[in-house]
Amino acid sequence: MAVAPPPPVYDPPAPLRPAPRGDTIRSWRWSQRLAFAACWAAGLALCAVTLAIVVYMGVRGVQYLNPKLLFSRPTPGLQQHTTGGILDPILGTVILTIIGIAIAVPLAVAAAVWVVEYGKPAPLARAVESGIEVVAGTPDIVIAIFGLAIFQLHLFAPLSFTASGGGVFGRSFIAAGAMMSLIALPLVFGAAREGLMSIPMHLREASWALGKTRICTIRTILLPQIRANVATGSALGMGRIVGDTAVVVVLLGATLQLEPQGDVPILGNLRGTGSTLTSYVYGASPAGEGNAPQKAYAAAFVLLLIVLTLNFVVDLLGRRKESLA
Amino acid sequence: MTSRDRVADPFLDDAVPSLPPPRRRVRLDRSPVPVPETQGAPTARVRRRGPGGPERMRVEGLSVRYGDNLAVKDVSLSIHAGEALALIGPSGCGKTTLLRTLNRLTETTAGAGRGGRVLLDGVDVEQVELTALRRRIAMVFQQPNPFPMSIFDNVAYAIRVQNRKRPGRRELEPQVVDALRRAGLYDEVAGDLDRPALRLSGGQQQRLCIARAIATRPEVLLMDEPCSALDPRSTEVIEDLIGELRRELAVVIVTHNLAQAHRVGDKVAFMYLGDLVEWGDADQVFEAPRAQRTRDYVAGAFG
Repeated sequence: MAVAPPPPVYDPPAPLRPAPRGDTIRSWRWSQRLAFAACWAAGLALCAVTLAIVVYMGVRGVQYLNPKLLFSRPTPGLQQHTTGGILDPILGTVILTIIGIAIAVPLAVAAAVWVVEYGKPAPLARAVESGIEVVAGTPDIVIAIFGLAIFQLHLFAPLSFTASGGGVFGRSFIAAGAMMSLIALPLVFGAAREGLMSIPMHLREASWALGKTRICTIRTILLPQIRANVATGSALGMGRIVGDTAVVVVLLGATLQLEPQGDVPILGNLRGTGSTLTSYVYGASPAGEGNAPQKAYAAAFVLLLIVLTLNFVVDLLGRRKESLA
Repeated sequence: MTSRDRVADPFLDDAVPSLPPPRRRVRLDRSPVPVPETQGAPTARVRRRGPGGPERMRVEGLSVRYGDNLAVKDVSLSIHAGEALALIGPSGCGKTTLLRTLNRLTETTAGAGRGGRVLLDGVDVEQVELTALRRRIAMVFQQPNPFPMSIFDNVAYAIRVQNRKRPGRRELEPQVVDALRRAGLYDEVAGDLDRPALRLSGGQQQRLCIARAIATRPEVLLMDEPCSALDPRSTEVIEDLIGELRRELAVVIVTHNLAQAHRVGDKVAFMYLGDLVEWGDADQVFEAPRAQRTRDYVAGAFG
């Protein structure tokens, strides 16, 4: 029979130090509890408001929305069943958004790169920044009226329709898109500037120290880094463009259908007038002359869907950036 | 495995099947812990190579100012191929400024001005085209700063001319592999050069930065506290690497770590408040300093 083996050498793991007593709500003062409750209430109230809008518009929209409405063109008529659908406003929204963002993004990114990377002379850079802030704070109706004054100049006659008397109409997709870009520009500019400023200085210096020029550094190192910022900014800007009414009513003519000017297929449309979902909702609502609240609800629901999709895209782009880093 | 062995006893296996391994080894005897033998002097790891090669750079009466603040005052020294020059001194004494002046990186700072001359192979660096100069005088920074691209692209970016896409991957592969190999990184990343560089560990990132810097076969390598953000193990790897690199190029390294300066530096320059107080062989500066301020600093009296 074997002798019992010696007891194994084993030392138990040292016991963990007890966690310090956390500060619980019991230990708080009343003012802190009140502030805590207020924070919760504010958050919940915001959620409730959002939910109310989405649910209400969703119920109304689903009630009145049907494929026929989506894919038929609107026509003027006295009876509701003859006034058609919202195809043209949807197309108008898409075209106007594309024009606006296509103008805004290069301008805003170039301005941000100049302000952050060069910024000399400094007073000029500050002037550019505050100028863009002023644009951001300008009411859209003011931008619209200003745009009308500009695009009615004879210089810009080719961009819109010229009446037989020689007067320039000044309203077209190009005119509205150009002014819409001013609405989106501050958002893209701000996002691009924040992105550039968040890139640490030593990354630029690393590139310079390899014998690269400033331009090369901007193109290969900095711009790819701020892609997600720019995407977020432009998605926000697109949301603003999609949701804007004043510029559409003043500068796009807010005609029920897309009305091309001239025979050239795409250019004609760009020179012509049209409407967007916002102006359609306004026109069809009891406030406008259409008096078709059901169609207004349906169109508003589509508008909401577009904006929500854009927000979702913003979120997605932001996450992709995080996973890459 | 040692802890597992102790538990793996035939009588005990069933009784305590899943005991966690002990946290620390327990010494049963109470005799005093033996002191580990010191392995020679702490400076012995990198062997000194004697006098360096030909003179590469010469700094003559260099002064640098930021606005009204004179950061470097009338500094003159020379940098030789085949040896490492360590710049030491307390914080804010102009070491980094001196280093950044060598490849004209101080010019990017607003309000910086420069007096005196910096010569590279007898030519004033002002007269060398800036991008060409920086390809000949490469730099590694304090913070490992690889670009957010793949490992391959990081090195290839340094080799390509500005932002051209050519030469393509096939032509560049030998050069990139060679640079990574010289930086001692290739064996660790050979499997996947397309991995994002930011996924590497801190020490690997710093070696990637070194690979990037030496990819264009520069004549001078400037290092601005290359190990201050790294752990001791990575620091040792990089110090060994510096010992290798200085065979083929001139290394200038700024460091706060005196032991490191002694280990890697063939020459040491001590700066204090913008002045070059003392400059000479490492052994001389550390063991027989001429100036009182150097003596105090090396002895740890201030800093």
